[in-house]
Amino acid sequence: MLNSTPDLHSSETPLLQTVGLTKRYGDFLANDRVDIEIWPRQIHALLGENGAGKSTLVKTIYGLIQPSEGEMLWHGERMVLSGPSEARSRGIGMVFQHFSLFDNLTVAENVALGLDGKETFKDMSARLEQVSNVYGLPLDPKREVWQLSVGERQRIEIVRALMQHPKFLILDEPTAVLTPQEADQLFIVLDRLKTEGRAILYISHKLEEVKRLCDTATILRLGKKVATCNPKAETASSLARMMVGTEIKEVRAGAERKITVPRLVVNDLSLEPDDPHGVRLQHISLELRGGEILGIAGVAGNGQDELFAALSGERLSQDPGTVVIEGIAAGQLSITQRRKLGAAFVPEERLGHGTAPRMKLSENALLTGHAASGMVQHGFINTTATLRAVDRATEAFDVRKAKRDPEAASLSGGNLQKFIVGREILRNPAVLVVSQPTWGVDAGAAAVIRQAVLDLAAAGAAVLVTSQDLDELAEITDRIAVMFHGRLSQPLATSEASREKLGLLMGGSSLEKDAAHAVGA
Amino acid sequence: MQLVLEKRAERSNTIALVSPLIAIGLTVVTMSILFAILGKNPVSALIVYFIDPLTDAYSLQEIAVKASPLVMIAIGLSLCYLANAWNIGAEGQFLIGAVAGSWLAVKTQGTDAGLWVLPAMLLLGAAAGALYALIPAICKVRFGASEILTSLMLVYVADLLLDYLVRGPWRDPAGFNFPTTAEFDPVATVPVLIEGGRLHLGAVITLLVVAAAAVLLGRTIKGFEIRVVGAAPRAARFGGFNANQLTLLTFAVSGALAGLAGIIEVAGPVGHLQPGISPGYGFTAIIVAFLGRLNPIGILIAGLFLALTFIGGEQAQIAMKIPLDVTKVFQGILLFYVLACDSLILYRFRLIFASRQVSSGTG
Repeated sequence: MLNSTPDLHSSETPLLQTVGLTKRYGDFLANDRVDIEIWPRQIHALLGENGAGKSTLVKTIYGLIQPSEGEMLWHGERMVLSGPSEARSRGIGMVFQHFSLFDNLTVAENVALGLDGKETFKDMSARLEQVSNVYGLPLDPKREVWQLSVGERQRIEIVRALMQHPKFLILDEPTAVLTPQEADQLFIVLDRLKTEGRAILYISHKLEEVKRLCDTATILRLGKKVATCNPKAETASSLARMMVGTEIKEVRAGAERKITVPRLVVNDLSLEPDDPHGVRLQHISLELRGGEILGIAGVAGNGQDELFAALSGERLSQDPGTVVIEGIAAGQLSITQRRKLGAAFVPEERLGHGTAPRMKLSENALLTGHAASGMVQHGFINTTATLRAVDRATEAFDVRKAKRDPEAASLSGGNLQKFIVGREILRNPAVLVVSQPTWGVDAGAAAVIRQAVLDLAAAGAAVLVTSQDLDELAEITDRIAVMFHGRLSQPLATSEASREKLGLLMGGSSLEKDAAHAVGA
Repeated sequence: MQLVLEKRAERSNTIALVSPLIAIGLTVVTMSILFAILGKNPVSALIVYFIDPLTDAYSLQEIAVKASPLVMIAIGLSLCYLANAWNIGAEGQFLIGAVAGSWLAVKTQGTDAGLWVLPAMLLLGAAAGALYALIPAICKVRFGASEILTSLMLVYVADLLLDYLVRGPWRDPAGFNFPTTAEFDPVATVPVLIEGGRLHLGAVITLLVVAAAAVLLGRTIKGFEIRVVGAAPRAARFGGFNANQLTLLTFAVSGALAGLAGIIEVAGPVGHLQPGISPGYGFTAIIVAFLGRLNPIGILIAGLFLALTFIGGEQAQIAMKIPLDVTKVFQGILLFYVLACDSLILYRFRLIFASRQVSSGTG
């Protein structure tokens, strides 16, 4: 299996072949003459920065997008897809990064909604259980989706795809939401699918994972294919270089940071969720000093969003003393008042939370800058000041955009994230709370953002980083705590926090006990 | 070949300006068909509707008189709609404003009250409209009741209250039992701008409201709050803006403007309180707000256009015996097309040719 490189198949036809596939949006080429070959019994990685055209390519293959030029060959014959249902009937399945599940329906009902078949609900449920058992993807068909973890939800999507007997399965960033252990389980399933003769197209940002799992890798940059290679023969940095086109700058930890006074303190914070499917925060305590970076790891949906809302002031606490910013009890203060105390916040969602998508960057600068920084005088907006804030963030963080002041939604993910992080950091905050700083951001932008976070801490700020990317946390934090079911573990020193230890905590083990003791045991 | 709607990377400012014109064009085409079905010559009907009112001074003045309340109400509604608060009850706030202001006019009737009466009436009208609009707003903020339903239902309450007052306690004793108050005193009447004309001070107040709204939305942080709460509620909360407060504020402001329009209408062109003081201004203003792109200047233009349809409708009824209800049909069709064309701001049509080049004709 290890030797299955494309040249071994030269005598056969590939399962799927794209020839000169091009997708044009106006003048913009999302895909530019992409040739790719998918062979059975292979896990094929699709790599590229954000905006490189990966999604466009897989959506075309799945029939969601019609190509502007070029064609697709399926078993060597021309294939024109009218839509995803035709793709599915030919044997192409896809598991999206963002699940399409109804929270209030059961697992079986969700699967039934996604199938085109005509079998009865009972037969379908039986088949669901059978498929999930065969592949080691345990699911209870009668449970409602909102009760399930993110990993379990992904299982629904995978099982639903498998129930349609795909010859070719596309997975978009499947491990982004999984613990390391859950990811390992997924890899076992994928290996098994491979030995059954199916082909898999695997989109990921995690290069180590690709090296470990995939037989072939196709790398896209700016819509063009730049290389097809054997990832096992490459290094993570050589793959990254092909993705970005230049050498990625390593982040510099810089000089020894001086740890100063506590700047952000959380004292026994408990908070009921305001939405019935939310997570209850339970007895969360932490202390964060100037010059320090604390990471919060955990599978998505374990209370990170709720904690962010409680820290930012989007939700107020009953007791003012539960959140202390710069020595002032802030639990009852609004987000604007907390910003005035020197706090800055970067939420996970760039569009719709961190920015208003259909508003200009200058207006989005005003969104969080109106409390301070001279942007508002006597109730009137100082347009010069808001534009200057955009220019400063553009310059300091290399934000690439088509004009001086475009709408937020027109920027690529990485550039918008650089703008948001820049907007907050240029206010020189004493406390920065940032959620998923580099989620879905290209490698170049991620390096810039991580460096900025390190520099901010070096300048004396306290930084709290929530991330599901353990490599990221290992790279920039001093200590890491883990969230599980609304509780926060004791922080571990990053140097001692192995993936195994973190993975166990992320799965909920040994959380009741003092994690520090578990480390010693 | 297929036709698809494709999302644009950035909203099209060109289409944002052109879309109301496309909508008006489509409405005119639809109306022509309708006129033809009614057995009227579409061309002459359209001329009576849209051209004739523009050719004589009386009609032009009448258009401004009709546009004034429409624009004033629509400005208030646009603030609500921008902030994602759906005030459908401007008609009721208009009537309550008229009632509250009239109360003072009725009470001071025949006394030697001075020039303070009219300003006090205007203030009363605005305050009553604001308070009346706050009922659905508070119900929404406190109990989560749909403001669309509650604000609409309160229209009928206001309508019946007015009806009761002019048939009962406020009826003009010398009015031959007609349901109307006595004609207001001169100090309780909005002065006309040109002697002998119909254009009154209300039109000036409307222009001031338009200018104030343009400054509010374009230049102030409050206007920014209103826009961002409607456009991206979660981002607005992240920005520290309170959506509930803005719901209350925009409802109060739009109620005040509707109430002000109501008392100006009664104390101006009508001159006394009676049922039927509004030909549906409060509802037509919804169309004005959307046709004007929720933009103050756009609303001014749209208000004049809708006023034209009122005048044109009256003339068509007289000249061609076209029922007056056709005007309402016209306004409804217009709103429909405006909302439909708006999707072109964020989306565009695209013809997709299958990559297969069909060489022979498909027949």
